[in-house]
Amino acid sequence: LSLALYTSSLCAASSAAFHYHDYCVIGAGPSGLQAAYFLQQAGRDYVVFERSHAPGSFFALYPRHRKLISINKQYTGKSNSEFNLRHDWNSLLSHDGRLLFRHYSRDFFPNADAMVHYLEDFASLLKLQVQYNTAIIHVTLERDEQAWNGHYFLLTDQDRQNYKCSSLLVATGMWVPNVVNFPGSEYVEGYETVSINPEDFAGQTVLILGRGNSAFETAENILGVTNFIHMVSRSRVRLSWATHYVGDLRAINNGLLDTYQLKSLDGLLEGDLEDLAIVKDKKGKLHITLRFYLENRNTSAGIDSITLPQDELDNFATRAPYDRIIRCLGWKFDFSIYNRSLRLMPGKGNKKKYPQIKPSYESRGTRGLFILGTASHSVDFRKSAGGFIHGFRYTTRAVHRLLENRHHGVPWPSTVYPITQLTNSIIKRVNEASGLYQMFSVLADIILLRENATAFEYLEEYPIGVLAELEMQTGRKAPNGLFVVIMEYGRNFSGADKDVFYYNRAVGEAQHAWQSNFLHPVIYYYKHLPTEREMKLRPPDWPLPRPDAVHHIVEDFLTDWTAPNAHILPLRRFLENCLSTDLRNFFAESCFFFAFTRQKLPPFCRQGYVGMQGLVGSEGLRRHAVEAGLLEDYTPRDFSGDRTPDSHEGSQDQLLRDHVIPVRPLQHLINAKDE
Amino acid sequence: MSAQKDRWVSSFSFLLFCASSIPGRGSARLLQELSPQEYFSSLQAGRASLAYFSHNASPGAQPFLEQIENSAEALQDYGISVVKVNCPKEDVSRYCGKENALRKAYLFRGNMLIREFPTDALFDVNSVVANVLFALLFNEVKYVETLADLQNIENALKGRSNVVFAYVPATGTAEHRAVMEAAFVYGTVHQFVLTTEAALLRDAGDDEPDVSSARLLFCHCQRATDLAQPCRRTAMGQALTMLNIHRHLKLMGAPLVTEVAEDPQKVSTVHLQLGLPLVFILSQKETYEADRRTAEFVAWQLLGKAGVALLSRDLVDLNILLRSNVALKTPDEGVPVKYLVLEDTDEVITLVEDKSKVGQIQEDEEEEEEDEDEKENNNQDIQDDQVVEAVSRDKKRELPLEQILVLTEETFHSALLETARTVVLFYASWEAVSLAVLRSYTEVADHLKGTQGVLLAQVNCWDWPGVCTKENVTQFPTIKIYEKGERWVMYDGMWGTEELTSFIMLSRVSCPLKLATIEEAEGYLRGEFPSELSSYHHTSVLGVFSTATSEAREAFEEAGNILSGHVTTGLYFEDDALALSRKYAVSPPALLLARSGGRIVEGVALSKQSAQDMVRMIRYELLDIFPEITVQNLPRYLQLRKPFLILFSDGDIGEMESKEMLKLAKGRPWQTFVACWLNLKKTPVGRGVLKVYFATVPSLPLLLWVNPHAGGQVFKFPSEQTITEMNILSWLEKLKAGLEIPSSTLSEEDWKPPLPAYDFLQMMETALPEVPLHTSHRRGDTPAPESPGGDTTVREEPSQQTKAEKGGSPGRDLRGTAPRLAAREKQSKRHSEL
Repeated sequence: LSLALYTSSLCAASSAAFHYHDYCVIGAGPSGLQAAYFLQQAGRDYVVFERSHAPGSFFALYPRHRKLISINKQYTGKSNSEFNLRHDWNSLLSHDGRLLFRHYSRDFFPNADAMVHYLEDFASLLKLQVQYNTAIIHVTLERDEQAWNGHYFLLTDQDRQNYKCSSLLVATGMWVPNVVNFPGSEYVEGYETVSINPEDFAGQTVLILGRGNSAFETAENILGVTNFIHMVSRSRVRLSWATHYVGDLRAINNGLLDTYQLKSLDGLLEGDLEDLAIVKDKKGKLHITLRFYLENRNTSAGIDSITLPQDELDNFATRAPYDRIIRCLGWKFDFSIYNRSLRLMPGKGNKKKYPQIKPSYESRGTRGLFILGTASHSVDFRKSAGGFIHGFRYTTRAVHRLLENRHHGVPWPSTVYPITQLTNSIIKRVNEASGLYQMFSVLADIILLRENATAFEYLEEYPIGVLAELEMQTGRKAPNGLFVVIMEYGRNFSGADKDVFYYNRAVGEAQHAWQSNFLHPVIYYYKHLPTEREMKLRPPDWPLPRPDAVHHIVEDFLTDWTAPNAHILPLRRFLENCLSTDLRNFFAESCFFFAFTRQKLPPFCRQGYVGMQGLVGSEGLRRHAVEAGLLEDYTPRDFSGDRTPDSHEGSQDQLLRDHVIPVRPLQHLINAKDE
Repeated sequence: MSAQKDRWVSSFSFLLFCASSIPGRGSARLLQELSPQEYFSSLQAGRASLAYFSHNASPGAQPFLEQIENSAEALQDYGISVVKVNCPKEDVSRYCGKENALRKAYLFRGNMLIREFPTDALFDVNSVVANVLFALLFNEVKYVETLADLQNIENALKGRSNVVFAYVPATGTAEHRAVMEAAFVYGTVHQFVLTTEAALLRDAGDDEPDVSSARLLFCHCQRATDLAQPCRRTAMGQALTMLNIHRHLKLMGAPLVTEVAEDPQKVSTVHLQLGLPLVFILSQKETYEADRRTAEFVAWQLLGKAGVALLSRDLVDLNILLRSNVALKTPDEGVPVKYLVLEDTDEVITLVEDKSKVGQIQEDEEEEEEDEDEKENNNQDIQDDQVVEAVSRDKKRELPLEQILVLTEETFHSALLETARTVVLFYASWEAVSLAVLRSYTEVADHLKGTQGVLLAQVNCWDWPGVCTKENVTQFPTIKIYEKGERWVMYDGMWGTEELTSFIMLSRVSCPLKLATIEEAEGYLRGEFPSELSSYHHTSVLGVFSTATSEAREAFEEAGNILSGHVTTGLYFEDDALALSRKYAVSPPALLLARSGGRIVEGVALSKQSAQDMVRMIRYELLDIFPEITVQNLPRYLQLRKPFLILFSDGDIGEMESKEMLKLAKGRPWQTFVACWLNLKKTPVGRGVLKVYFATVPSLPLLLWVNPHAGGQVFKFPSEQTITEMNILSWLEKLKAGLEIPSSTLSEEDWKPPLPAYDFLQMMETALPEVPLHTSHRRGDTPAPESPGGDTTVREEPSQQTKAEKGGSPGRDLRGTAPRLAAREKQSKRHSEL
């Protein structure tokens, strides 16, 4: 570390005007710190700029009512730390067991202060290079053929201090409030500043603009003291338990839905805020009208001359005047600091609050600029968890791995296993991997097959959006086909207007696994790496192009996919058929038999028994296998006759190749039926 | 088919002949016309005749006479002549005189009048024949009116003879005639009982009391032993015709279960001759009694529909699957016998009764293997992995784990420091192979109970993935032996109790062990030193070095380290090393190998210098010259990649053979082949190997040349020759020259997937054809699955089903989250449900 500091100071000294770093990270929020952690672990030259004096400045203010809606599960009944991360939505990834969020809060929905505290500890315990009180106010490019990406990033802070970086990681989050301008919008209070003291709302009538979690959170806080609350927004309310998207309205905040549906005065309305206008009467009450009426009225006439909807339509819904109107419309990315040359463009449609990025999280406009954290959510907006800590901690790691390969020649980490471990590797991952689970349909484990399918290479949590570029992005080769392991919800199951509680919503039989609705593992098999074009032409709502074969592991109520017959067996059959081999396990005795009766041995015998690691098995197990009809017992038994004792059996060879049903004596049925 | 029919038809030509009653043909010729005097004088004792008397001109009786004339031929078959007696006009005798008498027919036996029939009882040929026979067979065919009558007859006959009980709605019908004709033939064999009482039919327990049609039941009274029980009855399914009755009686008369001891393809029984299928119940010695009962049970069910045979597999060498338990042979020629695996007797019965299925089987012929797969696709979800299945069958047994310390992420490192040696099994609690090893591991723990300085521990990597990752455990299972938390060795031997125990024991001693005195070195070779291992049978390797050869010594030390656990290595490099080397006639640097407690000590000069070479050399030297091949040690010899010359023996090999083989082997240790022997008592799987080579186990001992590495040919040493070095050598020469014919060749087949997988891609395409899987231009254009109509069907349809299922088997619902979609069309087969 001191060496890194030393070299970086050397650099600074050599280029007098600039402080140079290989990597600059803007923002010491969760994703900035997460990126810093990986850069630090890899021994990279990096710095994190934070405008505030401490990490997580967003969380110091927001959410206003201080309750995080990310789950902080203390107990899962399991000790598997990787599995437990599936139900820990707040921790960042690190090797340090102290830095688990459950050590910072015991609340299921923790207080935001705990997050601030946690981020402070994360930065300090891991000794991350964070430069506080540094607000980057301008970013531009400097062309240079020598630079990693053909240009350097030049950053300027509030004190006109300049920094030069080869790679820029933007982790600024989304902090610019979304504002709607309409006549009278000056009467609207913003979520950022509105009082959080319920007493300030006692006996008032409140209109809330927006229908997200912040709007409902605000409503929840004052629900008990207001006359009533109305909530207006363009879109229908989307409940996260119906959409499986954590960014939609969470059940913890939906008290207002209750009071609305039970006719306790509160209410929900749909309407375009752009058409709205607000007029304030002499008593200070706020009236809703339409922009249309304002445009038609005589200028400079008094308030009384303004037409209100109820003048024409006397049962207009929001004809009652409001005491306060609160805007809770969420946040957008701060585009202002980037020079035009960076071509950092807003997305289209409902993604316009996000910068445009590729599925590799790299900006579409500038090579070497990566968007991390919640601002990178355009990749999986309204689908997966990439906009939230429990999602982007994994995508940040993925970006880091891409960078390691691109700039430092460190290929994507992988493990090579013999083919006999194929089923096991998949079962292990789908049962414990948290990145696959949280970033479902976005991050995938990739299994690259070696020649003749005797071994394979396992890559974890690769962004499937750039599957076509796999070889270039990871430094690994995929000439012999590959498996892609992802998690998926059933298509057409989740959605705003879907009944997710219908009867028979869950599939229990392995043969109908493809109809599974809840999150379940899906394995795609490709004989060749899909091309860019195939990725583009993939069917709508498919995360991947049409594979050569696909397997669904049937959804499981406990998300425990270790059942030998329902989960592992069908998976094995799928893998066997893709690879055209036999992946069964055999006891040493069977391998012995095959060694003398077949010229070729099944992979399990080849890799185990022949390598002197045969599975001898206990006598009890042997007996079970014999009873199951899966192992031949050649032990001579005493017969009264003098016939060869073993003449009853078929060839074991045949027996093992065919599917086997244990021979059941028929006679037990007779007793019942004979009468 | 027609060929068979001909066969069985012709074999009963007699009956056919009996039954043929073509009206008109030749009736004129058969009908005798006699005068009364001629007639009465022609009557022979015991011979029956039917006569009617006519005055030539009585037109009223004409149709009646015609029928009698027509019956003449039919009756003649039963030895009954039909005579028209022409009464002279003036005759006023008993038969000719009265006008009344002319309206009747008279049946005589000899000259005794048995019965007179009114003309209206003889309305057609059937009624004539039926009534005539009924009258004649008065004793053979009992007419009953009540159930009690029937039971009395049955009871009287129990244990002696069978009863044929027929119901006809009326006498004189075709059915009545058929019964009578049958009674004429079988009357002496079975007791015939006839009734026209519909109520009696119902009381007799016929399951289809359709009283408008005739029925025939075969009552098995001969077999009835219990007098209190009514006789078993088998109804005849077909219409009552002479032919059908005959067939039925023939079937009833056949043995219930035929025992066969030949190839089913060659078996022929009355059932096959009669065009019925034959079901074989495959039996084996151990289950014979049960199989016999099964066969009888099935036979009763199939009585009249198919034959049942009990085939003893022990007696017939069938090349069929062990799991097959039923075979079906259809009467059609050229159709192979079909072997099946059925799970209950109902399946056997449906198999036979379901004609279409039989038809299908006949059509299938060659594709049967694949077809079976296709049809029984749900075999896919039946476990065919012996290890997984064995472990899951064992999962309810609690493992004796008290000797094994369970480690966690927190306790792992501290535990390693506590004992000199900690053996750690890293496993995953869901992984079958590691669970199988865990079972052996508990046995190891039991063996090592009380051994000082060794602690057995386990880590479940499913619970503690962190430790496993840190310890670089990438595969399950992994066993590592840690020494005071410093060094560790990975276990790389067989996953067996014995091998692991030995490894742990041997690795307790430092390897190589530095020996200080020549006494220690001698003791080491005798296996007495170190004392920890004295009671433990093992091979020792002693490296003898002069003080000068430090390079070789270091390499040996490293080699010893690598071999730690597999073999004990000792090191002696004191000044008097020369004395030791002289004793065993080697010059240092050299190795001394001590087998069987130091009784055999071999010296090997050390020429190789690198540790790896030394390891290889020591491993090689440790191989036996003429080993007994076992499941556990085969891999070591397989690695030589040489053909095997194996002597199969049932028990220990004879001294002579052993000596000759050893002589043969000693000359050429593994240059061209591995000479070894196999004890079938110890390695019973060898029998399986022999069965593959020769279909049966030939007489032993048996010398084979097997080359699994190239060509896979198996040659058998001629059994008439004695096993001597000379004979074997000349035989091997012949082999080399290609003069011998291989007895067998090992299959070259690849290891393909045992069964197909679920083709979800195809299912998706079939179920959702509107979802384009190939292209993307139809975004948002997937109406069916999204439309509310589509949803409603899914939502509403199942309610009743769900209830029914809930009532039926509680707990099934809980297989998914709660209810199940689509799965209700078909319940899949699981082991737990079979």
